[in-house]
This record gives sequence, structure tokens and C-alpha cells, in this order.
Amino acid sequence: MNEHFISPACPVDLSLDHERLTLAHGEGGRAMRRLIQQQILPRLRSPALDGMADAAHLPACRGPLAFTTDAFVVSPLFFPGGDIGRLAVFGSVNDLVASGARPRWLSLAFILEEGLELSTLQRVLDSIAAAAQMSCVEIVAGDTKVVPRGAADRLFIATSGVGELIDPIPPGPHGLQPGDELIVSGPIARHGVAILACRENLRLEPAPVSDCAPLIALAEALRTAKIPVRAMRDATRGGVAAVLHEWAEQCPHTLAIDEPALPVTAEVRGVCELLGLDPLHVANEGTLMIAVAAGAGPRAIAALRQVPLAAQAALIGRVQPRRVAPVTVRRSLGVEQALDEPHGSPQPRIC
Amino acid sequence: MKFIDEYRNVPLALDLLARIRRRASRPWVLMEVCGGQTHSLLRHGIDAQLDGAVELIHGPGCPVCVTPEVAVDAAQNLALHPGVVLATFGDMLRVPGGRRTLHEVRAAGGQVKIVYSPLDAVELARRTPDRQIVFFSVGFETTAPATALAVLHADRLGVDNFSLLVAHVCVQPAMEAILQAGVCRVQGFLAAGHVCTVLGYDSYVAFVNRHRVPVVVTGFEPVDLLAGILECVEQLESQSFRVANCYPRSVRPEGNRRARQIVEQVFEPADGPWRGLGTISRGVLRLRDEWGRFDAARRFGTLAAQTVDCATECRAGDVLAGQIKPPECPAFGTRCTPDAPLGAPMVSSEGACAAYFQYRRVPVDATIGSSPLEILPS
Repeated sequence: MNEHFISPACPVDLSLDHERLTLAHGEGGRAMRRLIQQQILPRLRSPALDGMADAAHLPACRGPLAFTTDAFVVSPLFFPGGDIGRLAVFGSVNDLVASGARPRWLSLAFILEEGLELSTLQRVLDSIAAAAQMSCVEIVAGDTKVVPRGAADRLFIATSGVGELIDPIPPGPHGLQPGDELIVSGPIARHGVAILACRENLRLEPAPVSDCAPLIALAEALRTAKIPVRAMRDATRGGVAAVLHEWAEQCPHTLAIDEPALPVTAEVRGVCELLGLDPLHVANEGTLMIAVAAGAGPRAIAALRQVPLAAQAALIGRVQPRRVAPVTVRRSLGVEQALDEPHGSPQPRIC
Repeated sequence: MKFIDEYRNVPLALDLLARIRRRASRPWVLMEVCGGQTHSLLRHGIDAQLDGAVELIHGPGCPVCVTPEVAVDAAQNLALHPGVVLATFGDMLRVPGGRRTLHEVRAAGGQVKIVYSPLDAVELARRTPDRQIVFFSVGFETTAPATALAVLHADRLGVDNFSLLVAHVCVQPAMEAILQAGVCRVQGFLAAGHVCTVLGYDSYVAFVNRHRVPVVVTGFEPVDLLAGILECVEQLESQSFRVANCYPRSVRPEGNRRARQIVEQVFEPADGPWRGLGTISRGVLRLRDEWGRFDAARRFGTLAAQTVDCATECRAGDVLAGQIKPPECPAFGTRCTPDAPLGAPMVSSEGACAAYFQYRRVPVDATIGSSPLEILPS
């Protein structure tokens, strides 16, 4: 059927000139095909997607692979320093990087809410394309669903990612030894504070900016400098404290950190002091936690600081023989205490 | 960071600690009134450093903790009431009512929206005229001015789908109640600096004369707290009691006149219940009759909610009255944790039980002044 034959009175408007998505865009027919062909494929510019086949064919790799999956439901979709598209690409890329892989391929599944403005989807797609290019990954598979209004919050993205593991692969947290040094790649808690300020319209000047970024160059810098990395992890939800607790659970030692050594920007510190939040519990999206062998800390910091993103990389603590608590923090006055795991999302205090 | 770093200055804190220890001829028992002060004392290990010189008893100044169960239950009922959205500070979400929390009510379909200011709730009401927005107004004199302002604002804008579930409390009557309790070990008070920022401290003069105890207006950072404690100890040692202001960068004797005036315009004191402490004479605020149309209790009549009488071993009342410290409760850290709380002080960010769980569950090393960088390689 030629599109000229579609009556303006048709109850389901299949024209993509319409500014909002309808359920028709997810029902497998012409509207969906046009959405994919006219909006998604030209923006993602991936040869692997062009045939719209059921599965991408990937070339053989020499070594073992890393495979990850993630879902992104952030609100608001756009925030200072990023958007859900960048977050989806960088989040998946960073999971691969932290596991010791070079990210190669991603898949994306969109869950779109009926009524979503097409312009919003276009912005997110453009952002995804730019983020993928920046991370040198190819988007090779995708899916689109439209759900009735209210069944999703505007736009969700689910991803999976494949990367090639590169020698030497960090042994992971079970390989931590007393004396190993703990490093954070940059100022912490920026993403969580940026989202909180934006979502709740806290009207801060300047608005806190998310750290949303790919961590590929950091891992490369550590490899190039031949740093003996024990473990890496991007410190997302739950912040640095959650990573420390995950690691401590997998090794028989205590992870001891030093609060005054933590890099925290003035903006983030101000918000956390004001709302009673602990920056150690607040999310990051472009900050890497790294454990390196004893004595390698200063060289690792020097290598990381060559990358602009990690210009403020800092040594924040070390692994010690297990004491009474799995994770400890030395506070600003010098008192050392057990560091608690975050309990769900941090809630600002009343007064 | 200005107004923070200088008040966490290690040499200054060490000097104050040494002076307190030198000055105290016997262990004095002081109560820090505010939960924010409790958390700061424990986080920085100050209470442990003063062992033998000063015992700090933790006061009832945690607004989440003292909000009575009946109010939490009413909030939950309102959140489940068709057409109603309950707007609340995030801190209240995990507080257990008679049977469950607002978190659980939200999961069960209740309409609960976290706001950061009562004015946000008025704005929400303005934007959603088809919904009734009820703001769960809890807190001490620190939050009451903003709530009162929200009422005046809603009145000015003609927003008639906004109302308050009022559970505001007043700190000074609670201090009176603590001193009048049968067993009271408190010999001096660190008054809450932020409450005094609003109320001033003139009103404490009669209190000091009546009870012959020091009242020292105290801030929240380590140097603020130590300065307040030292002043209290000085007064106790010399047995000359007065109101002293150790938080002058924020507090004036008369307080914030405009804020007080707004609160008085909208609210009036009344006798009312505190969780754990029972009814306190003039211990709560209620809306004045002329603002009664903003009272959710009148609008919805659900305040008669049946509170489920749950037998519990929670000793929050004794903790809030300063009768016991959290670890003395048999359920502390075992049957009562932040993940599965029996009482509000275990979940509130200002609750004493939460402070002990967070900072004292595992005693590690409370030596102030050891080099913060000593664990790092040079």
C-alpha cells in the first residue's frame, strides 16, 4: 500500500511524520520497519545492522571473549554530562573494560513508551552513535518494542556486549593480597549527585555534572605501563563502598581506605554535606576502582594521570590482613571504623 | 571547603579534647539533643575519645524517630486513599508504622512522592489539580517554618488540593520531659544549633534557671561539638550555669524572627504524642483553626486509623529518652538492623541506633589524631 492511500482519518496513524510513537511502531508492520530503517539504522551506521537479519554474524576471535548484559532505566533521560544513550553504551563498555576485555560489539533493545516524542528517540540514537564511535564498538544487533502508556517510563534500553579478553587478564578480587593498593580513577559520586540534582530540580549553580565516560583508555594506560593489576571494577550503583564490599566478600582480607584521600569535587561534597549523603555510597558512571600489587600504586597513578579522564586518580587505601571488619575507613580526624554497605538508595536527611 | 574544613581541623580538635580531659575532674553526663550531633560524634569517634571525662547520652532530636506510629499509619492510609498522593521527605519511607513502612505501601500501590521541600508539594498540587496532595510534615522547629510557608503559599495561590498531615514536634518541651523523668542522669545539654538558628536561645534562660543545668548551643562539626562540650564542662566544674552560644556563626539570641513569626502565624503548640516518650505537654504543633482547611486529618478523617498494637522488643523509647544506649537493647544488630528495623531509630539517618550500627558495630580503632595517611605508602 502506498502511503498516499492512508486516510488522515485512519485510527492508527502510520505516518512517521507524526511526532510521537504509537503502539503501531512496535507491532512488526510497516510503521516499525520505517522506524528502524528511517530513524535507527541511519543514525547507528553499522553495516552489521543493514540486512536487518535475526542475528549478527561476527568474525572469529583469537582468544577468549567477555560477555556482559545491562539495562538502563534512568530518569531523567537527559542530564548534565550525559543521557540514557551514552549511559547504555559506556555502561556496557565499562563492564567489559573492567573485566579485562577490549569492547567490540554491542546489542541494544529499546523499550519505548507509547507517546514518546520521536525527537527524543532521535536525540538518544544520535548520542548512542557518538558514544559507540568514541568507544570503538559496533552495534550489531537490536530490537524495538513499544509498550502502552504507563507500562514504561518513556524509554528503557537493555544492552549486551562482547569484548576480547586481553592478556594479562586481572585475576579478580579473589586474587587480592595484603599490601595491594587501592586506587580510584577520579572524583567520586558525580553521577549520583548529578542525577539527584537534576531529577529533584535542586537548582544548584553550577549544576553537578555526571562522570559518564568510557574507561577504555584507562585500562590501556595500565596495560601499556605493565601495571600488575589485581582487580578492576567500575563503581556504579552503590558507589565505591559497594565495590569494596563485593571485593571483600571474595577475598579473606580487609580493604582499608582513607577518607581524606578520596577525590571529591567541591560541588559533590557540598551536595553530600547538605543532604547528609556519603559520597562513598553514591553512584559513578565513569570511575574505575583498581587494585594493584603492593608498591605498584604510584606507577599506576602516574600512568592513569596521563589520561585526562583520570587526571585526579588517587591512591585511597590498601588491602590488609583480615581484621574485625571486611571494609574499614579512616575518617578525617584519624578514627578508623567499619565502612557499612549502602542500604538501597541513599535518602536525604530531613534537617 | 569553607565552614567545614576549618571545623574538622585535627590540631584544633586534639587541643580541645586535651582541654576537656584536663578540665573534667569527674565524668560528667551530657546529652546532645540532636541526632545529627549524635552521628557526628560517633562518626568522628569523639565520644570514645572522651571516655572517662564525659559521657554523652543521646537525645531525642531525631524527627523521624519521634514521629508517632499513629502518624505513620495515617500517612500510609492516606497514600492508599484513592486520588491522594502522599508527599514526604525521603527519610520517612523506611520508618516502620504499626505493621509496615511507606516503602512497602508504595510497592503495594500506594501513591508516595519524595519531595525535598514542602513548597515542592504545593507545586505538585498546582500541577496535578485532579489529585489531593498531602504533605507529611514532620520535624522540629527546623522544618516547621518551611511547612508554614507552604501553607501561606498554597493559600496565596488558591491551591485547594494541598493539605498537611502534621507531626511537627518542639524540642524544648522534650528536654523538660527528660529532666522530669524519674531517673535522669543528664547534667548538661548541648542544644541543637540548627533549632536555635530558628528559635534563638533566649527561651533557654528560664530553663537553665529552673533546672540549674548548662545549656550550650552547639553545632555539628567536630570542633563545634568539642567547643560545646568544653563549655558545658567548664560550667559544671564551676557550678555556674548559663546559656552559652558555641555556634555564633549561625545562631543569634533571638533566632530568626521572620521564621518564628511565620510558624506562629500558622501553628500553635499543643500536647501531643512522641514515639517512645509518650504525650509531652506543648510538645507538638498543630494548625491554627484559621488554617484548618489545610489539615488532612479534617479533610480525610483517616487519622482515626487503627494502629496495630504490635508486641515488640524494640526499646526505642528508652533510647530516645537517653535511658539506654542502643547496644544495650537486646535486639540491637541482631533482630533489629537497618535492613529489618524494629524501630525508627535504626533506619533514620539521624537515629542513634543507626549511628551505632554504622559506626560502632565493630570497634576498630578510635584513636583520633593518628595520621590519616599512615596507611598509604609515601
